[in-house]
Amino acid sequence: MNLTLKIWRQKDANDKGRLVEYKVTDISEHMSFLEMMDVLNEQLINKGDEPVAFDHDCREGICGMCSMYINGEAHGPDKGVTTCQLHMRMFKDGDTIYIEPFRANAFPVVKDLVVDRSSFDRIQQAGGYISVNTSGNTQDANATPISKIAADQAMDAATCIGCGACVATCKNSSAMLFVSAKVSQYALLPQGQVEATDRVLNMVAQMDAEGFGNCTNTGACEVECPKGISLENIARMNREYMKASSQG
Amino acid sequence: MTTLNSKVPKGPISDKWTDYKNHIDLVNPANKRSIDVIVVGTGLAGGSAAATLAELGYNVKAFCYQDSPRRAHSIAAQGGINAAKNYQGDGDSNYRLFYDTIKGGDYRSREANVHRLAEVSGNIIDQCVAQGVPFARDYGGLLDNRSFGGVLVSRTFYAKGQTGQQLLLGAYSAMNRQIARGKITMHNRHEMLDVVKVDGKARGIIARNLITGEIERHSAHAVVIASGGYGNVYFLSTNAMGSNATAAWKIHKKGAYFANPCYTQIHPTCIPRSGDYQSKLTLMSESLRNDGRIWVPKNLEDVKAIKEGTKKPTDLTADERDYFLERRYPAFGNLVPRDVASRAAKERCDAGYGVNATGEAVYLDFASAISRYGKEQAKIHNVSNPSEKEIYDLGKAIVEAKYGNLFQMYEKIVDQNPYETPMMIYPAVHYTMGGVWVDYNLMTSVEGLYCIGEANFSDHGANRLGASALMQGLADGYFVLPYTIGDYLSGDIRTGTISTETPEFDEAEKSVKDQLDFFINNKGTHSVDYYHKKLGNIMWEKCGMSRNKKGLEEAIQEIQEVSKDFWKNVNVPGGLNEFNQELEKAGRVADFIELGELFAKDALNREESCGGHFREEHVTEDGEAKRDDENYAYVAAWEYVGKPSEAILHKEQLEFNDIELKTRSYK
Repeated sequence: MNLTLKIWRQKDANDKGRLVEYKVTDISEHMSFLEMMDVLNEQLINKGDEPVAFDHDCREGICGMCSMYINGEAHGPDKGVTTCQLHMRMFKDGDTIYIEPFRANAFPVVKDLVVDRSSFDRIQQAGGYISVNTSGNTQDANATPISKIAADQAMDAATCIGCGACVATCKNSSAMLFVSAKVSQYALLPQGQVEATDRVLNMVAQMDAEGFGNCTNTGACEVECPKGISLENIARMNREYMKASSQG
Repeated sequence: MTTLNSKVPKGPISDKWTDYKNHIDLVNPANKRSIDVIVVGTGLAGGSAAATLAELGYNVKAFCYQDSPRRAHSIAAQGGINAAKNYQGDGDSNYRLFYDTIKGGDYRSREANVHRLAEVSGNIIDQCVAQGVPFARDYGGLLDNRSFGGVLVSRTFYAKGQTGQQLLLGAYSAMNRQIARGKITMHNRHEMLDVVKVDGKARGIIARNLITGEIERHSAHAVVIASGGYGNVYFLSTNAMGSNATAAWKIHKKGAYFANPCYTQIHPTCIPRSGDYQSKLTLMSESLRNDGRIWVPKNLEDVKAIKEGTKKPTDLTADERDYFLERRYPAFGNLVPRDVASRAAKERCDAGYGVNATGEAVYLDFASAISRYGKEQAKIHNVSNPSEKEIYDLGKAIVEAKYGNLFQMYEKIVDQNPYETPMMIYPAVHYTMGGVWVDYNLMTSVEGLYCIGEANFSDHGANRLGASALMQGLADGYFVLPYTIGDYLSGDIRTGTISTETPEFDEAEKSVKDQLDFFINNKGTHSVDYYHKKLGNIMWEKCGMSRNKKGLEEAIQEIQEVSKDFWKNVNVPGGLNEFNQELEKAGRVADFIELGELFAKDALNREESCGGHFREEHVTEDGEAKRDDENYAYVAAWEYVGKPSEAILHKEQLEFNDIELKTRSYK
């Protein structure tokens, strides 16, 4: 198929940025979206132009590095996939595709489609851990049984890949789904109870300090999340937050 | 040629590690505060090492090329992590894990290291549970296990099909705790481009800030390389696009020996390639072989009919199918180790039985499992005389619960429903057992320079068993290196901060800058990927699943030609002092080209078949790999002396005192 691409080009964080039009031809429907981008870049390099910078690594939907906003949707039109898992069979010959970076104040553009998501790391550093030293002297792994339901729910929350699609898609640029996934994982497990109060307060404080917006229960984040992280986690985090705040 | 000293402690194998720990020198907490350690790479090995060293009190400087340490490619490991917990009561023990790993590695790993790995394996699970890693549990609330290839017990712990992700996020959370306390200084989007040696000791690195292009100097009392494997030397592999060998190769050029580069793992169950534009290959977890049966048609006419579309695989009766693993290896069947399964699939495809357009695919079929589970469920639910449809629906639900996310992934990529038609799979490069040579302390042949995880060569011999990579990465980082490095650093308590304003740093920085300048100013005719694909093609065709003398000699010749062409005609657009992904790739491919040549040289030297290294000249009468223990029971560690073709071979003779050397049989 032949396609018209309108791609966000921005030299660096200080550049204003603009959409630039490109044409690609003979794209196979079996290609992944990023393989189509590879074809474009090879074309640009051979013409002596600069290729489009974009983040990507594992190309199997788990590292969370890829981050494109395609035709107005984070990770494009397919459901439950990252950009690297999106295939060209979702498009048809003659389509025009708009490709932009994930946009949010807390995700400044580095170059073209690459953004800086270090704000996510800083939120995790504020409390996204259990304070146990790696001495190997912890108790036996089976010493504390954990109900299968709690373990499965914790696992569902823990599958978050930290890509930032939730933020990019939210009209408020809220990071509540991301933060609540980590808070929930630990809130559901006995290991997480000791530090529960400080964890939720500190992580939420850091989230606010980074300039993410608030949650207004639209639910777009859940729809666009490639891992299907549930809104229930936000409800659980709010409950944890209320509980922690009242304990002061 | 010299004989290498592996520094394995004396004494009975089960006491070595304990005795060693009892007698090493320690660094007191106050002195740890004045000692710096650099860790390059933040996967399971690097992340766990950085966190643990920081907890102990050292000042850690950690580096990764990704935008966050959480994205290292350990995250993509699906199936699980082995540990000799014997929770299933099925006869597992440290000894059995030790034995399985040595045997699985085709008797080409170091006994003492592997035994230590088995000893600490149980602790890893304890540690990860304490960190809040949500492993799968049964209804009683205890941890669940599954089976992997090459073993007869269930010792694999898992978190759905995302075990690597959960373990890495555990290590990442431990790092975050130390970053918050200021004990780890994290350098994201930085790439190490050289190591700096002062008086023969590793004392720092040169790194490039990938956003600004700035070249930075970082000093430390010891340097730890945890940068993963070199599978991308093949261009197409299941590795991440950015996975590279640069850190490991640069230290090799500065004196660290590189061991057994020809030991590569080709994983049997990957999604076949679909076209020239393909950028990477996707793995389907080994756990699928618990229930999937692998087959090709028995008759070539059926192969032809399937390719032409006049027949579907489901049209073939059981008699018309060749379940070749079950036929050749009745004891282990579809759960033979990876190297054996991969070669058997290749053998069938080479004989013309491949089932897709390229002739490089075999079936992985769940119809039997669906039917078996369906009948079992019908009994459980008291359905008398169930119809075929009822059996199918009941069975499908069970398969979906077990492998649903993998089936979905397959369907997304291939656009076929694997519940209705068998999956097509083909082997792909997945892991590299070879790597930087290290002694028992995980120190390379350069003092103060350590190498851990997939980047080193040590524990898996010539073939790694499923679910053992995660175990080794975390064992090295959490439980081994923190002891061994302390023994070395105890000699550095009076050294003080290492200055970066020295001639050694000047020189290393200059050579890094010269190479970058060359790339930017070369203005050649071909892109970096053009060369990477060329190299990958040579590697796959001539250093792939099976190798022979003639092919390997040709490979060396052809790689040298690619090298010449690359250094003359490579085209790197953009500038030096900016975010420039082509410039990053150029340096990595330059190193892959050199590594590829050493790889072929090593494969040529090893006149035997063992594990992932299969030489067509060395096979038994029934087509199995034939080892030569008399002449090749050694680690081939290569010393760099200017060119890969001139590398000098050093041997570490492998001694087997606790396990008898036997022909590996899975029949």
